[in-house]
Amino acid sequence: MSTSELSKERTGRPEEIKAVPVRRPGRWIAAAIVLVIAASIARSIVTNKSFGWHYVGQYLFDSRVLHGVLVTIELTAASMVVGIGLGVILAVMRLSPNPVLSGASWLYIWFFRGTPLLVQILFWYNIAALFPHGIGLGVPFGPDVVHYTHTNSLITAFVAGLLALSINEGAYMAEIVRAGIISVPEGQTEAAQSLGMSRIQTLRMIVLPQAMRVIIPPTGNETISMLKNTSLISVTAYAELLYATQEIYDVNYQVIPLLIVASIWYLVMTSVLYVGQYFIERRYGRGFSRAQQASMRARWLGFRHETGAA
Amino acid sequence: MSDTMVKAENVHKRFGRLEVLKGIDLEVQRGEVMCMLGPSGSGKSTFLRCINHLEKINAGRLYVDGELVGYRDDGDKLHELHEREVARKRAEIGMVFQSFNLFPHMTALENVTLAPTRVLGVSRDEARRRATELLERVGLGDKLSTYPVALSGGQQQRVAIARALAMQPKLMLFDEPTSALDPELVGDVLDAMRQLARDGMTMIVVTHEMGFAREVADTVVFMNEGVVVESGRPDRVLSSPQHERTKSFIAKVL
Repeated sequence: MSTSELSKERTGRPEEIKAVPVRRPGRWIAAAIVLVIAASIARSIVTNKSFGWHYVGQYLFDSRVLHGVLVTIELTAASMVVGIGLGVILAVMRLSPNPVLSGASWLYIWFFRGTPLLVQILFWYNIAALFPHGIGLGVPFGPDVVHYTHTNSLITAFVAGLLALSINEGAYMAEIVRAGIISVPEGQTEAAQSLGMSRIQTLRMIVLPQAMRVIIPPTGNETISMLKNTSLISVTAYAELLYATQEIYDVNYQVIPLLIVASIWYLVMTSVLYVGQYFIERRYGRGFSRAQQASMRARWLGFRHETGAA
Repeated sequence: MSDTMVKAENVHKRFGRLEVLKGIDLEVQRGEVMCMLGPSGSGKSTFLRCINHLEKINAGRLYVDGELVGYRDDGDKLHELHEREVARKRAEIGMVFQSFNLFPHMTALENVTLAPTRVLGVSRDEARRRATELLERVGLGDKLSTYPVALSGGQQQRVAIARALAMQPKLMLFDEPTSALDPELVGDVLDAMRQLARDGMTMIVVTHEMGFAREVADTVVFMNEGVVVESGRPDRVLSSPQHERTKSFIAKVL
């Protein structure tokens, strides 16, 4: 081919490529299998009378259920606040050059991550067995300043639940916060120090705000787990959402519809948390905008892929 | 008050068993600009970091403005200074890093106002006014509310210089301030430093910019393997170096 011919060809835009796509029968088969399974589940949901959908509708806004929802929210919020506070303290202790502090933190995390939450809940609920003569607050090894003669009047089911959930959460949050803190480059601390900022100022104004970017996403997951873990408190006969529905089905035997009621409320609450997490992440993504947006998009895409494949 | 700003007497520093500084002796006078040259690993940056006690020296004495760095000498023993004391002294020394180390979660203006308000207790308005002035001086008057991620390397480094200057330091340390920059962005940063030198700031600059050293420095120090090989006026050290090591380094860099 001569050069003049070549240049003539290059002047016009070549024809758009319309190739025959590769056949992918596997995809069609997989999609068909999934659709068949989905259809059979849907049919069962609609035709099986035992789902008792009219009971679901009847009890969804029952005052006892709504009260359970409220209690679940209270317990989740309080436990997360205390748990995050404990987590920050434990993480800072863990990173401390003082071996007693870091050792104590390690021991705490080892113990509370290493035993089942349900056991911890039962333990706190039965703490009166350990201190039958009451619990007091005062000088260590010395006299009490405040004293409760009835341990169970102080450690109510709510307090036992709060203690168990938040103390357990503290252990997990400690690791999350620690990961966040060590993700902040050393240069940030050095820059702050070279400006004459103290260790506390550096931690509070420079390191923690940047660590938040790493801390927030797993904390969102923790909050969602916490919301669901409050259902374990039902073993102490405390009227959170699950126990509220159990009380109803213990009387009318409509177990499945009431469990569906509970599930719907848990789904509603976790969905609200998803939205909240999105906005908090955006807030702490300031100054990282490009990377932040990319990762957010990747996560949502990943999320959609997950549900699509399920 | 003496005219000596920094004085090093036989300063040694090691990391584990690796001896990085093997007896540094030098003096920097008030208002002097000293450029430190040398191959990487020669200990220039480490020495700079010792001056504001980001690194502890292992032997020798290091003085800034007549006061011992990091310790108190009661004639008999050395006492470690309390963290508060160290911070107070660091506040008087500005430092500019190779990798800028701007606070990414704050705007340019917030980066510059943070330390004056939190460390020196300057009022918010006063700090903003001074920060704006400083950012304008380094040519970034239109970037006050921009986050570092949206600034070029050269702009970030100039914000970092303004941030250090906002503390009204008596000494400025520059640790390879232009080494991480694209060649075409180096000029603006060097201009800002040149301006600062003209204003009479005492500066110690670790750099590979021979042109800058020749033009701005009062003294050039050439370091190699933890010792000062040669020092003196830039024209002498750079144009007619006495030592073989200095000669070969300068021949390679130029």
